[in-house]
Amino acid sequence: MLLHQESAIHFQQVNYFIDEIHILKNITGSFPKGKITTIVGPSGAGKTTLLKLCNGLISPQSGTIFIHNKLVTDYEPIKLRRQIGIALQSAPMVEGSVFENLALPLELRGEKLLESDAVHYLEDVGLDPQFLHQNAADLSGGQRQKVSIARTLINRPEILLLDEITSALDHTSLREIEELIVKINRIYGVTIVWITHNLTQALTIGEFTWVLHKGEVIETGESNLLKSPATDFVKRFVQGEAE
Amino acid sequence: MSYFSLALTLIFVVIPLLLSKTLQLGLERDTIVATIRSIIQLLLVGYVLKFVFDSESLLFIFLMVALMIGAATQNARKKGKTIKGITWKIAITLIFIEVLTQSILLGFKIVPPTAQYIISISGMMIGNAMVLAILFLNRFAAEVTSHRDETELILSLGGTPKQAIRRQLLDAMKASMIPTIESQKTIGLVQLPGMMSGQIIAGADPVQAVQFQLLIIFLLLTTASVTSIMLGFLSYPSLFNERMQLLKGNLK
Ligand SMILES: Nc1ncnc2c1ncn2[C@@H]1O[C@H](COP(=O)(O)OP(=O)(O)O)[C@@H](O)[C@H]1O
Ligand SMILES: [Mg+2]
Repeated sequence: MLLHQESAIHFQQVNYFIDEIHILKNITGSFPKGKITTIVGPSGAGKTTLLKLCNGLISPQSGTIFIHNKLVTDYEPIKLRRQIGIALQSAPMVEGSVFENLALPLELRGEKLLESDAVHYLEDVGLDPQFLHQNAADLSGGQRQKVSIARTLINRPEILLLDEITSALDHTSLREIEELIVKINRIYGVTIVWITHNLTQALTIGEFTWVLHKGEVIETGESNLLKSPATDFVKRFVQGEAE
Repeated sequence: MSYFSLALTLIFVVIPLLLSKTLQLGLERDTIVATIRSIIQLLLVGYVLKFVFDSESLLFIFLMVALMIGAATQNARKKGKTIKGITWKIAITLIFIEVLTQSILLGFKIVPPTAQYIISISGMMIGNAMVLAILFLNRFAAEVTSHRDETELILSLGGTPKQAIRRQLLDAMKASMIPTIESQKTIGLVQLPGMMSGQIIAGADPVQAVQFQLLIIFLLLTTASVTSIMLGFLSYPSLFNERMQLLKGNLK
C-alpha cells in the first residue's frame, strides 16, 4: 500500500556500517509525502541512524536514498539539511541563551531572528516567553526538547525528522507538541518522520509506521499493524511496550 | 669552566639517584639515560654549532634550521596522527614562522645576520612553536570530542564545517596561547629566563641581556599566536569529508 503513495524519502537496499558492525541492513522502503510516519523499535535498532541518513549527516556505504525523487547525493549538503529539518534525540544546545539557540539556524546564513518571532515560536511549543533570555544550559530536559523543536522549525523544513522529542515531556506538554506537529503537517503539508517509544502516539498520530529491530525493517504499513502484528517479534514488542 | 669542574657537576646527578634508590622510586634508569643523552646531545650540538659558526656558510645555517624544523615536526606530529597530512601542516606552519620572524629581524636589522643570532633565535622559536603545536593539538582533540553534539547540531541546521567547529577551534587556539602570555607576566620576578641567566653568567652586561631577552619574549608571542592559529586553520578541514560530514574517530 505504501507503493501507491508519492514518497518524500525512499530507501533502496541501504546498508550502513560503523567499522565492521552492520548497523542498518538492506533497508528498502518509503516515507510517504505529506504524511506522518512513525518509527518504533527497541533502542539500538538503528532508528536514529536511519534519520541521520535522511538529511545527509551520514552517508550509507551501499544503496541509494531518494529525497523527493532526487538522489540524496545530488543535493548540495547545506541546502538538503535546511530542507530536511531534524530534531536530534539529545536536544543539544549551543552555549548561550534560549534566544541565541533559536536564532542559530538564521545566524548560520547571516540573518537575524526578530525577538517577536522568537516569542511566537516559544508559544508554539508551549514554553513561556520569560525563558527567552535564560541560559540554555539551565533548562530542564523537557524544556530543552521544546526549544530544540522550535529551533528545527525556524528553517521551515519541507520534511521534519523528529527523534524521540517527547521522551522528557509531561502529559500536557506531550499533547501540546503532538497537536503542533499534526497542525504543521495538516496546514503546511510538511512530511513528518517521527521516532517514538510511545505506541499510543504511533497509533493516534502516525498514519504509517515502521518497526525496526537490529538494523532491519520488521514490518511497515498503516499504523494499525501495531494492533494486529503479523510477526511474533512485533507482537512481543507491542506487548512489552504496553506493559 | 674546566672539565674538572664540569665533572664535579655530576654530583647533582648523584643526589637524585641516591634519593630514588633510598625511596625506591625506580627512577634510577631513566635518570642515568637522561644524563647520558643530554651529555652526548649537547656536546654534539656544541661541536656542530662551532663548526657552523666558524664556516659562516649560508648553506650550513640553512641545513641547521631545516634540521630543527624536521625534528620539531617529527615530535609534534604524534599528537595529531589522525589528522590527514598533519606532518606537512606542522612543517608548513614552522617554516612560515621561521621565514616571517627572520624577515622582520634581519629586514629591519634588529639583529646582525650572523649564524650565532639566526641559529640561536630559530632554535628557541622552533622549540616554542613545537610546544605550542602539541598544546593546540591536544586541546583541539579534547574540544572536538567533548562537543561532538554541538558540531552535529550546527551541521544538521545547514551550517558549514567551519561554523560547526568554530567554537572548539577558537577555544583550543586561545587555551594553547594562554600559558605563553601568562608566563611573561611574571618573568623576571619569579624566575630569570634561562637564556638571560646564561648570558649574564657568560659575562654579558645585564641590561643588554635584558634587551635581548625582551626581543625573545616578544618574538615568542608572535610564535605562539601564529602557530596555534595557522595550525588550527590548516587542520580543521580534515575533520570533515566533502559531504560536510564530521568524520568519526578523528582526533580521539
Ligand atoms: N557513533 C557510533 N559509534 C559506534 N556505534 C554506534 C554509533 N552510533 C550508533 N551506534 C550503534 O548503532 C546502533 C544503532 O544506533 P541508533 O541508530 O542510535 O539506534 P536507536 O536510535 O534505534 O536507539 C546501536 O547498536 C549503536 O550502539
Ligand atoms: Mg535513537
